[in-house]
Amino acid sequence: MIRRLLVANRAEIAGRIMRTARARGTETVAVFSDADAHLPYVSAADTAIRLPGTLASDTYLRVDLLLEAARRSGADAVHPGYGFLSESAAFAQACVDAGLVFVGPSAKVIESMGSKIEAKRLMAAAGVPVLEGVTVDEGIVTSDIASLAAKVGYPLLVKASFGGGGRGMRVVEHEGVLADAVSAASREAIAAFGNGEVFLERLVLAPRHVEVQVVGDQHGAVAHLFERECSIQRRHQKIVEESPSPTITASTREALCASAVDAARAIGYVSAGTVEFVVDDLERHYFLEVNTRLQVEHPVTELVTGLDLVELQLSIAEGDELPESVTSATATGHAIEARLYAEDPDDDNLPTTGRFTDFSFPEADGVRVDAGYGPGDEVSTNYDAMLAKVIAWAPTRVVAARRLAAALRAARLHGVTTNRDLLVGILGDDEFIAGATDTSFLERHPPAALCSAARFADDELYCVVAALWQRLEDRPPSPQPLGIPAAWRNVGPASQPRTYVLRGVPHVVGISGPHGARTVTLDDRLIEFGWVEVTSTTVAADLLGRTVRASIDRADDAVYVDGTLGSVTLLEVPRLAEPPVEEPAGSLHAPLPGSVRRLSIAEGDEVTEGDVLMVLEAMKMEHAIRAPLDGVVASVLVADGDQVEGGAILAVVTAHPEPT
Amino acid sequence: MAVLTTSVRPTDDRFAANRDGLRSLLQECDEQVELARQGGGARYLERHRSRGRLTARERIELLVDIDSAFLELSPIAAWGTEFHVGASLVTGIGVVSGIECVITASDPTVRGGSINPYTLRKNLRALEIARVNRLPIVNLVESGGADLPTQGELFVPAGRIFHDLTELSGLGIPTIALVFGNSTAGGAYVPGMCDYSVMVDKHAKVFLGGPPLVKMATGEESNDEELGGASMHSRISGLCDYFARDEHDSLRIGRQIMASLNWHKLGPGPTRPADEPLYDREELLGIAPVDLRVPFDPREVLARVVDGSRFDEYKASYGSSLVTGWASIHGYPIGVLANAQGVLFMDEAKKATEFIMLANQTDTPLVFLQNTTGYMVGRDYEQAGIIKDGAKMINAVTNSNVPHLTVIMGASYGAGNYGMCGRAYGPRFLFAWPNSKMAVMGPQQLAGVLSIVARQSAESAGRPFDEVADAAQRDAVEAQIERESHAFFNSARLYDDGIIDPRDTRTVLGIALSAVHSNVVEGRRGYGVFRM
Repeated sequence: MIRRLLVANRAEIAGRIMRTARARGTETVAVFSDADAHLPYVSAADTAIRLPGTLASDTYLRVDLLLEAARRSGADAVHPGYGFLSESAAFAQACVDAGLVFVGPSAKVIESMGSKIEAKRLMAAAGVPVLEGVTVDEGIVTSDIASLAAKVGYPLLVKASFGGGGRGMRVVEHEGVLADAVSAASREAIAAFGNGEVFLERLVLAPRHVEVQVVGDQHGAVAHLFERECSIQRRHQKIVEESPSPTITASTREALCASAVDAARAIGYVSAGTVEFVVDDLERHYFLEVNTRLQVEHPVTELVTGLDLVELQLSIAEGDELPESVTSATATGHAIEARLYAEDPDDDNLPTTGRFTDFSFPEADGVRVDAGYGPGDEVSTNYDAMLAKVIAWAPTRVVAARRLAAALRAARLHGVTTNRDLLVGILGDDEFIAGATDTSFLERHPPAALCSAARFADDELYCVVAALWQRLEDRPPSPQPLGIPAAWRNVGPASQPRTYVLRGVPHVVGISGPHGARTVTLDDRLIEFGWVEVTSTTVAADLLGRTVRASIDRADDAVYVDGTLGSVTLLEVPRLAEPPVEEPAGSLHAPLPGSVRRLSIAEGDEVTEGDVLMVLEAMKMEHAIRAPLDGVVASVLVADGDQVEGGAILAVVTAHPEPT
Repeated sequence: MAVLTTSVRPTDDRFAANRDGLRSLLQECDEQVELARQGGGARYLERHRSRGRLTARERIELLVDIDSAFLELSPIAAWGTEFHVGASLVTGIGVVSGIECVITASDPTVRGGSINPYTLRKNLRALEIARVNRLPIVNLVESGGADLPTQGELFVPAGRIFHDLTELSGLGIPTIALVFGNSTAGGAYVPGMCDYSVMVDKHAKVFLGGPPLVKMATGEESNDEELGGASMHSRISGLCDYFARDEHDSLRIGRQIMASLNWHKLGPGPTRPADEPLYDREELLGIAPVDLRVPFDPREVLARVVDGSRFDEYKASYGSSLVTGWASIHGYPIGVLANAQGVLFMDEAKKATEFIMLANQTDTPLVFLQNTTGYMVGRDYEQAGIIKDGAKMINAVTNSNVPHLTVIMGASYGAGNYGMCGRAYGPRFLFAWPNSKMAVMGPQQLAGVLSIVARQSAESAGRPFDEVADAAQRDAVEAQIERESHAFFNSARLYDDGIIDPRDTRTVLGIALSAVHSNVVEGRRGYGVFRM
């Protein structure tokens, strides 16, 4: 029996696991890095243990610290969540060696499924359909690679044997670029996973990513809990998932689920796991991999089956047999999950940071929110950018999509840019509604187009709403009586336009006029104005003959408006800004917040245009900072390992002085 | 507290006549204000902007807190004179970084912002308002100095500007100069006498003598920048405390200076509910008389000005030609003295005297609403001592220490102007409705008096009296007095602090009351309240 469960994870999944643990009377232990000390999951735990430091490698990836935390807190079991050490065989083994129950499959199963080549071999042997693939041994000569590739057939995929998340992966259309792709993928795999082994695999056309949830108990019983459709991916990361899959027929579903059970049986799978398949344009399915952990997208399965997968994991870990509710599970209705990320879909999905002044989701029928953050919480680039999962259930898929979009629209996400508009755009897209998705959906539908489809064409009217509210309700403290009308003048109308920046575009609002008859302009356009009503948190106004209602909040120069015209963040431009400090010509800026790696220059170094001077690492991505011209390094303002803000000056490179 | 009722009927003829008359007067006033706003006209404005400079009013709009109220003072100063209406200077009460202050801004589009005798009066009045109300003053300077052809009227009294500035400093009232352009010769003492000076790079020019004068005086060759540029004064002379990169930077620094003043108002804040009056202020246009011979009930005005139309009348049945009582405006408690029938009799004078003493006992500011034709004349009244009673009232007004605010709603004739706290009696602020008239007496009375005196003089000298000439003379005098008693004429001469729209009375008094509470509000104590 598990009395006290340590969750070796953070944020939303830690909170999710602890919710179930608490419901079954199991005490909870949270671990937290210094950056996460104030997140909701920490205070929700019965006990919380600090992991000093902020980097994942100093905290959530430290097996020794986690075991020490378990010892100190008296935990008797460990749930690894997803990510971090969730698929580390070593960690699973270390837990067992320390006398702790590891909530998940055995170290041996994790290890066997960690190698994609090994996993495929096992599955092929068990009769599960797999894609043709060949391993590229290190040191192989180019011509031999070509003949291997010919066996697989073009187009093909070069993939790292030990990896995931799209790193160390290359698409090869023809033989001409094969060698380069193999070596690049191998290099990337070494950098990311410490192992450069790659393999070639046939590229599936119009692929759909469908996975099956499986559960196995310690007594050899295995069952499936239906499939999940995960084709909407960005850079090989899932962002919208659902169950059931709208892209496959009932017979394919049956075949998939049977294959998944075969696969789990073949490896003696215990606990909850996921068997991933790719389905091609002819509805043939091929085994991709087994995820030996709880998946991010597990809630869609929970909502259609009514089961609690974490509860199942815990009871299986305690030695219980699979209950009948699992062995004869049924799926009802439709569930869709959207992953809310701290990233800017208008800016190449670059990660965003900041502090949430508000982070809340109004209650809604059929909607579940697994959030890792709350109002006041800081988002850094230290960890995965996922903020919350929002899941909607409904009897039909269309209603589920609508409910989910509505819930996302209604959320108050103030202070950090998120991918909300992208998600809403996807959920409202005709192709998505028709259920005709595949993994290249986001290539056909550029994020910018999806985002603008999610927005109201005239949401710049919110600038007027904000100006009216600020004028009437958000005035700076004044020594004059409150009843004196705002911007009152006895001579001429006041001329104090406000400028707000909406998605990078400035808009100027002018409000003037004595005796109540206001003239309102937006970018020199006269806005027909009827009336306005304000409270400290809301505003309603009659603009252009229609009523615009919104809740509104301000923090420093950011004004957050959520209402009739969607949700926007407006940045008010100070009327009298301090003149900018002039920066030296040739300054190189950080394109996004991140940490400096592989700094290879010092002051005085000669550089050639295109040289990589350093790399900025953020959110699993590496951005090379290159010399903009041939010249000399005039100054270096950062050191290796420094954490820098987006826009910070990293170094200054100046052209060679003209010969005199 | 009693709530005022109304008997105003917007449908009756007199109401409509007043409303139409007031509207046309307000339009005339607006036209003059608009002329002042346009400064030196399109050509000079264009030239000024082409130099990358902001206008006086644009500078003020950027200086004051966003969405705060700004009360401009004497906007039609110099109206009807040889000088441009507005007197090339903008003054007013505004809020900068949360601090109420006096703001002055020279209008460089009007003859380079040079100072004429009306500019001087307007500037000195602004300084006086700063002093008596303890309001910090921010001067936005860009002036070519004295208007030389009028130096004879200007030179000697203009020294008062610098005197008053440094006197403010001596009283602990902050003075700030933001120099945007010329501030030369005498003008150089404005930043010189201020506690804080900010100068705009390349634009500010602060020196006693420019290159031509220096060349004439000493033969030395020099240029503007080395004699008086912002950079020089920041780095070498030390006359400039804050170097501003451009006009916006200067205004930003000015706001920063104000924010750092650690300034607190000394008077109490509003203490009463500040609910709006029960009746529509629009109706004030129909209440204010165009024909000053027709009396009106000032309670109808109070019902549209004071908080919740609440008015606690004092001595309601005694001396009823003057209404006195307690009320509040925007939460500030006030005592009100308002003329009801125009004439001040003995009882009215005595009632006023007592009421003013009462207000001093409780440190309550007084608001005078003038519509008076003066103290009663005639045998019975002289014999009863109307002079003694009028003197009591004038004594009380003069020696009262609580802040006084005066609004001229209609007539302001004779010693009634004095007793009801006219300009000479130092009200903290004095505003006039556009229909009001101010003179020693009404035009017809004055012309008639002159005619009688002339007739008597002719009779006693045995000369025949020229009736035709007398009639012409009467018309001429009547026209002259009519012109000189006109609200614009008096406002042009700084006999008030500006003509206001009657509908704005509550707002203007609210701003003024708030401003006077920047200083200590304390009445005179002594003998206690005499029963007159």
